[in-house]
Amino acid sequence: MSVTPFIVLSAILFTIGCVGVLTRRNAIVVFMCVELMLNASNLALVTFSRANGNLDGQIAAFFVMVVAAAEVVVGLAIIMTIFRSRRSASVDDASLLKY
Amino acid sequence: MVAFWILAPVMVAAALGLLFARKAVHAALLLAVVMISLAVLYAVQDAPFLFAVQIIVYTGAILMLFLFVLMLVGVDASDSVVETIRGHRLFSTIAGLAFGLTLVLGVAQVSFGTVIGLDSANKDGNVPSIAQILFTRYVFAFEVTSALLITAALGAMVLAHRERLTPKPTQAQLAAQRIKDYAEHGKHPGPLPPPGVFARHNAVDTPALLPDGTASEASISRVLAARGTVKSAPDIAADINELDTPGGDA
Repeated sequence: MSVTPFIVLSAILFTIGCVGVLTRRNAIVVFMCVELMLNASNLALVTFSRANGNLDGQIAAFFVMVVAAAEVVVGLAIIMTIFRSRRSASVDDASLLKY
Repeated sequence: MVAFWILAPVMVAAALGLLFARKAVHAALLLAVVMISLAVLYAVQDAPFLFAVQIIVYTGAILMLFLFVLMLVGVDASDSVVETIRGHRLFSTIAGLAFGLTLVLGVAQVSFGTVIGLDSANKDGNVPSIAQILFTRYVFAFEVTSALLITAALGAMVLAHRERLTPKPTQAQLAAQRIKDYAEHGKHPGPLPPPGVFARHNAVDTPALLPDGTASEASISRVLAARGTVKSAPDIAADINELDTPGGDA
């Protein structure tokens, strides 16, 4: 099994997640795109782990998952708090810090 | 490799759907497709532990969290199509495509050498081998992770907590308020009437009939009335007439 297709797939998924973060406006969908980017990098880590014949890449992917879980918990709590006060989950509406 | 060529188009299509889905719930379901396919790719690549963790943690926990928040925020909270910055979508798409093209071209030109494979690293089994490394070389990072998780849990609790600004009304206060409403606005102090219970109709969408034969609005839920699924009194009356006709005494 060659490594390159997996890495290319990972790059494509990462790019899609990246474009999603840039274009989508719903904060929850933006968050999902961040998750997609994390998952794409996980795929690259697991693939390189197999290519190099040691398990450090899998450990790194495991830590990425743990950090992603923590990030989602706090991020979604923030989105909920913003929604509660502003009645909107759009990233454009949370711009009061600017003024 | 067969699994890869089957799953890769599915994953790319689902990820692209994430970009174009109007409703956040659809985006979440497409993300679930990507994540489960990724789990299968992990299994293909000799990572059974990550396969299980991916399904349990990502698809099971994180996506459920997303769906819970979507339910709180409102399932039909769809994206606005209006651009607040002119050309924002066009330029971000161009930037994203340029980035992706660079990444893919760069990766395609690199030679990754021979693939060693995990057969020797996994010879005691994948999970024991990972545990061996995790609890020796990475034990500090592992402990720091516990601090991170506790901090995240506390942070979520603090953020989601809502302080009660007014004291909770007691039973006596509630009763006094009801009587006050009755005195001032004539609002009935007792409980609302239940929906109509008739020989042929016994459901929450059947209004109770007042003595003059009209339907009582208080006996049905406002939500059902707004949806227009409430049975009207003449319908019920028609059924009763049908019973009264000769031969219909069954």
